[in-house]
Amino acid sequence: MATANPALVPEITVHSVEPEPRGWVSWITTTDHKRIGILYLVTTFVFFLLGGVEALLMRVQLGAPDNTFLTPATYNALFTLHGTTMIFLFVVPIMAGFGNYFLPLMIGARDMAFPKLNALSYWLLLSGGIVFYVSLFFSPPEAGWTSYAPLSGSVYSPGSGIDAWIFLIHLTGISSLIGAINFYATIANMRAPGMGWGRLPLFVWSLLVYAILLILALPVIAGAVTLLLTDRHFGTGFFDQGQGGDPLLWQHLFWFFGHPEVYIMILPGFGMISEILPVFARKPIFGYKAIAAATVVIAFLALLVWAHHMFSTPSATIVLVFFMVSSFLIAIPTGVKIFNWIATLWRGTVEFKTPLIFSVGFISVFLIGGITGIFLAVFPVDWQLTDTYFVVAHLHYVLVGGSVFAIFAGIYYWYPKITGRMLSESLGKWSFGLMYVGINVTFLIQHSIGLDGMPRRVYEYPDVGNLALYNLISTIGSFMLGLGVVVTAWNVVRSLKKGARSGPDPWKANTLEWFLPSPPPANNFDVIPRVRSVEPMKDIRRQIARQSETPVELGAAEPTPR
Amino acid sequence: MWMVIHGLIASAIGIAVGLAINWFPESASTQAGPIDRLYDILIWVSVPVFVTVTIIVLFSVQNFRMRPGEEQLDGPPIHGNTRLEVIWTAIPAIILVVLCGYAWVVLRDIEEAQAGEMRVNVVGQQFAWTFEYPQADGEPVRSKHLYLPKDQPVRFSVRAIDVIHDFWVPAFRMKIDAVPGIETGYRITPNRLGTYPVVCAELCGLGHAVMRATTRVVEPAAFERWIAQQKAPAQASEDGEVDGKALFTDGNGAATACGACHTLADAATSSATGPDLDEVLADKDAAYIEREIVDPNAEITPGFQTGIMPPNYGDTLSSDELEALVTYLGEVAGK
Repeated sequence: MATANPALVPEITVHSVEPEPRGWVSWITTTDHKRIGILYLVTTFVFFLLGGVEALLMRVQLGAPDNTFLTPATYNALFTLHGTTMIFLFVVPIMAGFGNYFLPLMIGARDMAFPKLNALSYWLLLSGGIVFYVSLFFSPPEAGWTSYAPLSGSVYSPGSGIDAWIFLIHLTGISSLIGAINFYATIANMRAPGMGWGRLPLFVWSLLVYAILLILALPVIAGAVTLLLTDRHFGTGFFDQGQGGDPLLWQHLFWFFGHPEVYIMILPGFGMISEILPVFARKPIFGYKAIAAATVVIAFLALLVWAHHMFSTPSATIVLVFFMVSSFLIAIPTGVKIFNWIATLWRGTVEFKTPLIFSVGFISVFLIGGITGIFLAVFPVDWQLTDTYFVVAHLHYVLVGGSVFAIFAGIYYWYPKITGRMLSESLGKWSFGLMYVGINVTFLIQHSIGLDGMPRRVYEYPDVGNLALYNLISTIGSFMLGLGVVVTAWNVVRSLKKGARSGPDPWKANTLEWFLPSPPPANNFDVIPRVRSVEPMKDIRRQIARQSETPVELGAAEPTPR
Repeated sequence: MWMVIHGLIASAIGIAVGLAINWFPESASTQAGPIDRLYDILIWVSVPVFVTVTIIVLFSVQNFRMRPGEEQLDGPPIHGNTRLEVIWTAIPAIILVVLCGYAWVVLRDIEEAQAGEMRVNVVGQQFAWTFEYPQADGEPVRSKHLYLPKDQPVRFSVRAIDVIHDFWVPAFRMKIDAVPGIETGYRITPNRLGTYPVVCAELCGLGHAVMRATTRVVEPAAFERWIAQQKAPAQASEDGEVDGKALFTDGNGAATACGACHTLADAATSSATGPDLDEVLADKDAAYIEREIVDPNAEITPGFQTGIMPPNYGDTLSSDELEALVTYLGEVAGK
């Protein structure tokens, strides 16, 4: 018994496996977390492409001063669609997509805690997206993704677009809430034997915090849009100063949700980077506990900074000072994460694969977004910067340079596990190059556009100063960025058939999903290994190497469980 | 060592470039000085941070890259270092505390009340600004453009009639939301003669982009003359008829000027936010014109959107004013 089994002592065994169902009906009725994860990933990526097209249309309009390519109504509809799509239909749910697929695999579970609720949360997301986009054929919303009252009230936005937006918030909100509860229950109850909180993969840590933030923040926005709905249709006056309401109430409620939302969008990205860097640096993550703790601290502070979006509203100075200090504080745990990532690269053996390149790109671009965030938090300076293109530049550095780069790193890292095929490395590097140059050409110059006095959300601008040149540069950059995204989309489609076979563990990775064949079977684990450290796969490889007394080869790490 | 030298050189270049670039438009208020200085200090602090992190990342990926034959190699099993964690938590914290303190000082300076302040009421509405200069003797002087005497401390009192706007003069470096139902404001002292744009910085509807006006900072004597000029016609019209054309080009303080959004040859206005009145009102009778003013959504010109024109002209115009406007438009539109 002592030496017979080359792998691990089975802790839990399965007795029979049903054959995998096929056909489109099986996709609609599926409750398998992996299939739901794929549905999430594909759907949200389609919304990403739609949002990208909307952005490019806006950049064409702004490419020249006094342009008449789009009408003001179309332009306002486009930035409302773009912002709403990217936030509610892309970044937040694609994180749920990765979470759905990989959370159970990484903690050694056979599915989510509530598989049917999991399916429900996907279908609610899709219906939210459809309800919202159908408004294109009637009257699309034109009040921006923030839908500030009273502009979003029935007097100034009489069309049904705002109502479509409200229902999108409700549907995707319920979807995310259900998903978040599911994530939390799964992480709390279904971890592999031996996986204590100190051995939870960092991506799972970030999903745990993502779920908690969603549970805390979403009810507030759900309440706010319900008040808006009754204001619009049932004669209440929560946001109408004429009836004793307060337009600023909307902003407080919206941003109480809206700022945690920013961290909801970036924390899982941080988690992915924390998984990918150690794999490709061939070195354990530096400061595991510090990174996990920083994640929790960021989430806590994220709930206390909402009014820094409102520095130009009439508020007491002491209130502004509080929110300036709390916004500054968030820079500290974020800095801790960045320093730990760099320390992970330090003295490693850095392998230049596409996921690593996107991760390093993430650090450098996100850093710029973080620094401009400090500028915006200093509110005497913010009075000049807020509501200008400086803010647009800042938030895109954080969301495109941060979240999107992390998502792309995740796509290149995990695609082999999902499909069993490798993505093309050369297309991946091309895609990264185009996107990296594109994002900097597009958004770096936008800081100057804002500092020169161009407010955001304007469909045209006069030909004064350098605005025409700056905007043209930005437009050219946006098309490079778009091309970079298309290259990856093409890579993803092409590699389904043409990619090299990946085997179970092409990256020599650390976490449990790589223990399984690619793609994993319906029941995930026949045998759930006991977890003895943060890097269970390293332990497994080591054990195999010890037992076979020859160095284990890359990609051949799968043990025979029986 | 390589890193330190490169870091110092790159930081120095970065700071020099950061300070040399003229980031902001020309400044025209005393408050701009401390704000611009604070911005420069942020550059001083942030460039070295950016350079340090970037250099270490570049150095790591260059120096520790995987070389042929190292495919099976694992790096050293370093899991962390508590002392380093404390250092890179504490240093940013100290920098941030200092920055916070400095920002507070700047804030106190620019918000300080000045002796002998002049009050200017700023009213935002879709899609134009109105500036009111309260007068000791009677009605305030109203203008579509902002006139300010040089070196005279001003306190703006900002409000909005319909939706949220944001009163921003980039040259003054200050910005405040105009929120319906709340009176807000800020103080500045203009200190440079010239003409500067006024911009609406908060999305306020389809005409948001064109909600612009002009600030003119003039010598105090010129300002006095301008006020006197503005008063004269206002007094004359008190006993006379309401001037439909003046109403069209200037509004009445509560109602936005028609000319802010509409083209009309007779009034020499040329905005394209709303339909060209010479086209759409030609040969229309008074009843039609009145209905289009009071209930603009009843009939929408093709190519334009419902809900752009404020629907409350029936309330903001007196019946005399409405009549004068309808008569005026009937006489001149399309002629």
